[in-house]
Amino acid sequence: MWINPKLCVGCANCIPFCPVGAIAVGPSGVAVIDRDACVECANCYRSMSRENLPPWLVRTLRKAAQLLRLRPDPDLDICPTGAITPEPLEWPRVVRSLFSDPTSEHKVTGVAGRGTEEAKTNDVTGRTKEGEAGFTVELGRPGVGVTFAEIEDVTASLANLGISFEPKNPVTSLMEDPKTGRIRKDILQERILSAIVEFTVPLEQVPEVLRTVEEVSTRLQTVVSIGVYTRNARDGSNPLLGILHQLGYRPQRAKVNMGLGRPLAEGR
Amino acid sequence: MTNTLHRYGPRQEGDYIVFAIPARGINDAGCEDKLQAFLRLASRFNPVNMGNGKGGSLFRPERSLNPFTWFTKRRRHKVSPNRVIEEIKGPCTAAATFDSRDAVCAVLKAVKEADLGMSVNVSGPIEGTYNAAQEAGITPHSIEYSLEFHGRLDLLPEAPVLELITMCGHGMVSRHLARKVAFLVKEGRLTSEEAAIYLAKPCVCGAFNPAKAQVILEEMRHWW
Repeated sequence: MWINPKLCVGCANCIPFCPVGAIAVGPSGVAVIDRDACVECANCYRSMSRENLPPWLVRTLRKAAQLLRLRPDPDLDICPTGAITPEPLEWPRVVRSLFSDPTSEHKVTGVAGRGTEEAKTNDVTGRTKEGEAGFTVELGRPGVGVTFAEIEDVTASLANLGISFEPKNPVTSLMEDPKTGRIRKDILQERILSAIVEFTVPLEQVPEVLRTVEEVSTRLQTVVSIGVYTRNARDGSNPLLGILHQLGYRPQRAKVNMGLGRPLAEGR
Repeated sequence: MTNTLHRYGPRQEGDYIVFAIPARGINDAGCEDKLQAFLRLASRFNPVNMGNGKGGSLFRPERSLNPFTWFTKRRRHKVSPNRVIEEIKGPCTAAATFDSRDAVCAVLKAVKEADLGMSVNVSGPIEGTYNAAQEAGITPHSIEYSLEFHGRLDLLPEAPVLELITMCGHGMVSRHLARKVAFLVKEGRLTSEEAAIYLAKPCVCGAFNPAKAQVILEEMRHWW
C-alpha cells in the first residue's frame, strides 16, 4: 500500500484504521506507511470512504481553519482526496497480502481468508472422522501480527510429533518439506497479520499437541489462538470435550457444523 | 470463518453467526442460488449484520462521496440486505449475525426445512448453540472449540477493546479505531450506535456484531 504524497493532506484519518499501526504523519505533513510494519491487509484502502476532492482545496480549507483556531469535526472514515493507493506486489512481499487481506483468495485453497474449510464442511468432506481431532492453530491474531520465522518455530515443533499438515492449507503450501515443517527461506522475514496451521491427529494425541503448542507459544513474540474440532459420535457424545476438561480447558464458545450439507461424507 | 470462533469476553450470549458454505469440488457447482436462498431466509429474522465474504457486509464505506453529502448528513453507511444477497456470484461464505438465540433457532428451522444442501454452521456460545439446534430438531455433526489465546498476552489490548476487535477475526477492526470511537462516544461527539457502525465497516464478512459493540461502547463511557 502506498499513500500518494501529492494527494495526501495530512488529515490523519487513516491512522487508526491500520491494525498494526504502520501509518503516521511524517515531518513533511503527509501520511507515510512504514513498509516493514505494513502487512498489506489493504484495510486503510478498503475501509475508508473517499471524497476525491482536489488536494489544494482541502489544504487551503485546513489552513484557514487553523488560522481561525477552528477545530474541524470531520467524519472519521473519510480520505478526502483518495490518497491511499494499492500498489502491485511482487514476491515475496505478496505473501503479506495473501495472509492479511481477507478478500485475497489463495490459489491453493480457493477460499478467501487464511485457512481452509476445516470443520465448516466436515459433514460433506469427512475430513476429520470420529476418533480424530482437527486443529486450527492461528498465529498473530488478533491484530498482533507474526513473521513466517515464528510460524516455522511452531510447524517444526509440530512436525517433530509426526503430524501431517493439511495439504490444502496456505501455510502448508509454503513449506519446503511438510514432513519437517520448514518454510521457504525467502519468506521467513515477511510479516503478516495472521496465519492458520491446520492438521488432524488421533484423539489420543490431543494432549501432546496442546502441550507442544503451549510450550512453543511461550517463546514467540505473538499471540496464538487454538481451535480444535471433532466429528460428534453417532450417539451424540463428544469424547474431545472430556479430554479438554481433563487438560483444564473450559471452552465457552464453539463453531458447530449442523450436518445439513449434502451429499453427506458418510453416504458417498 | 475461524474468524468467528475466538470472540473474547463475557458477553457471549447474544452473539451468534450463522453461515452457509459449499464444499469445494463436491457441492460448489451452482451453489450461488443456494447461498442466496440461505441469506434470504436469514434476512427474515432480523440479523444485525450480513455478509457474503467477498463483496462486503451490510455496513461498508462509500467509494465516491459527494463533498456535500457530509454537510447534509446524508451518508449511507448501510446497504440493503438484497444488495448483499445479489452480490453472491459464486462459492463463498454467506453469513448472518444475530443478537438472539431465538432468532438463530428460527433460522435453523427454516434452513432445515428448505434443505439447501449447503453446510450450515453456527458460531456462538456452546450451550445456546446446542439448545437452538435441539429446538430446531437438528443433531450437530461436528464442533470446533475455541481454546482462546496463548503466548504474548501482554501484546493484547485492554479487555473491552479486545472484546470489540475480536468480533472481526480477520483483524480488520483495529484497536486504534476502537479506542478512537470509544473516546468520541465519551466526548459525546458520536452516539454509541454511530460508533458501532464505524467499527462494523472494516469487517467484510458481516461477522461483526454492531448491537453487541453498542453495549460495549456504552459501558466504555465509564471506563476511563
